[in-house]
Amino acid sequence: MEMSKSTGVESPVQKRRYWNNSRKEALFGWLFLGPEMIGIVLLYVFPVFFSLYLSFNEWNLMGGLSAMKFIGFENFKEMLVDEKVHLALRNNLIYTFMTVPVSMILSLILAVIIHNRVHLQSYFKVAFFIPYISSIIAIGAVWSALYHPSEGPINRILMSFGIENPPKWLADPHYALLSIAIIAVWAIVGYIIIIYLAGMTNIPEEMYEAASMDGATSFQKFYKITLPLLAPTTIFLFITLLIGSFKVFDIVAFLTSGGPFNSSTVLVYRIYVEGFQNFRMGYASALSWLLFMIVGVLTLLTWTFQKRFSQD
Amino acid sequence: MHTTKSKITKLVATALMGAFSVVFLVPLIWMISAAFKYEKDVMAFPIQWIPQSWNMIGNFKAVWMGNVPFHLFYFNSLKLAVLMTVTTMIISSMAAFAFTKLQFRGRGFVFGLLLSFMIIPEQATLVPRFLLMKWLGLYNTHTGLIVMGMFSIYFTFLMRQFMASIHNDFLEAAKMDGAGYFTIFWKIILPLCKPILATVGIIKFIWTWNDYQNPLIFLMDKKLYPITLGIQLFRDDYADNFAVLMMASLSAIIPLVVIFILLQKHVIKGISLGGVKG
Repeated sequence: MEMSKSTGVESPVQKRRYWNNSRKEALFGWLFLGPEMIGIVLLYVFPVFFSLYLSFNEWNLMGGLSAMKFIGFENFKEMLVDEKVHLALRNNLIYTFMTVPVSMILSLILAVIIHNRVHLQSYFKVAFFIPYISSIIAIGAVWSALYHPSEGPINRILMSFGIENPPKWLADPHYALLSIAIIAVWAIVGYIIIIYLAGMTNIPEEMYEAASMDGATSFQKFYKITLPLLAPTTIFLFITLLIGSFKVFDIVAFLTSGGPFNSSTVLVYRIYVEGFQNFRMGYASALSWLLFMIVGVLTLLTWTFQKRFSQD
Repeated sequence: MHTTKSKITKLVATALMGAFSVVFLVPLIWMISAAFKYEKDVMAFPIQWIPQSWNMIGNFKAVWMGNVPFHLFYFNSLKLAVLMTVTTMIISSMAAFAFTKLQFRGRGFVFGLLLSFMIIPEQATLVPRFLLMKWLGLYNTHTGLIVMGMFSIYFTFLMRQFMASIHNDFLEAAKMDGAGYFTIFWKIILPLCKPILATVGIIKFIWTWNDYQNPLIFLMDKKLYPITLGIQLFRDDYADNFAVLMMASLSAIIPLVVIFILLQKHVIKGISLGGVKG
């Protein structure tokens, strides 16, 4: 509107012709897009390239800008021999295996039951979804009490069943990652159920009715109708959860700080430690690019998969 | 169609699922129960699900009127969540308006570019964003967090999908009446977008309220902490007082559960539109 006012005041013939309707529309197009574009350039484009540049430098933030030194591929070479990074990647993989399949199978079963086998559907949706919308930090605080090695209810129950030396959970190098994975599965199940339920509402009821006419059992219906028709949803969820499992940070930082003895350290936690505790901006940037590459490859895989599916 | 047998099966299934859902929610039930107890009873075994002696008020006072300024964290979280939600809604809907209702060269290209940036994980840009905030003087400020939180490709994408379904007739009619683009956007398109705005707003609010990573890295001053960092302070200060910690956790979760139960349709729709957790 400001624009039309200013042209109205000046109104030389030539200018009016220049600001014809389509030019005006384009101008407003960019105006409306402007704020978003500025933000995206500042917070996505610049950071990606700047961190690529930083990853070829050695730079301790404490030394100021003058301490920045170009070192070529040294950061990436260091990554290859950094045992903590290897441990982190290994833990990321283990964490993925511990969380993704279990949460997907459990959620699929629950979603099938909620979809058409029970009353009170909306209650069940809410009940399973509450952990997902709750702050993972608040939830982490609750579980840290439940997991308490000597006094916590989980170990008290285990001991009452005669297990004399129950695991120390978050404080136990062999169980810390598993303890975190259990919390993560518990918190994500509600989300997966909701996505599966959305997928199921798209399956036409007639297919089940026709199958019933042919005398199909519930299990056959699930196996021959529900499962194949949910395949796109399953693939979407699998990739989303896979990528998500490589981004895990909050719960690790809050509950174990990657410990004990780095037994629950993960890639993003290494970025955090190197960047914001050791202030090694170059090395942390190189690790960030490693994360970016992992997520990028996984995302490209999704797109190819989804394309193949939509072509079928 | 419905035989007595299938009715009974459904009732039994409901009862079994009901029991399972209670078991599933046991950690939260335990939290509520612990928040209302004296510390000495929290870890008592067998578990006292219903407290024998109540200390709800004592724990509440310890959380809200104790040494750790919990009310301040609460206010900070509310402030950050509200401001980020409102700014995201405005910026994303403006961009979506340009992408759907305005014709100009480069529109499709910019949109494609935007979509491809969606693969950049937030965690991979922490270091450069940290430096940027330092240089802009926005490190350790709420403004810095808000600036970083008000742009969302994902929400722009959702808004665009919705706006594309709004008929252009409205627009043409308004143009005939001499309305400018801002008027069309504000008076015609936005009111029609209320459902998607509600969805986007609620999801963004929940994500911001629960955000831990950004405040952890971009805030230093305890006075500026949101509730997630507040709970961390509580855990460190009250290491052996689980009753108080559970009251703090309960306080952090309650607003979201209330919002969710009141507006579940919007939340569930927002999530199932193809949602990815922030």
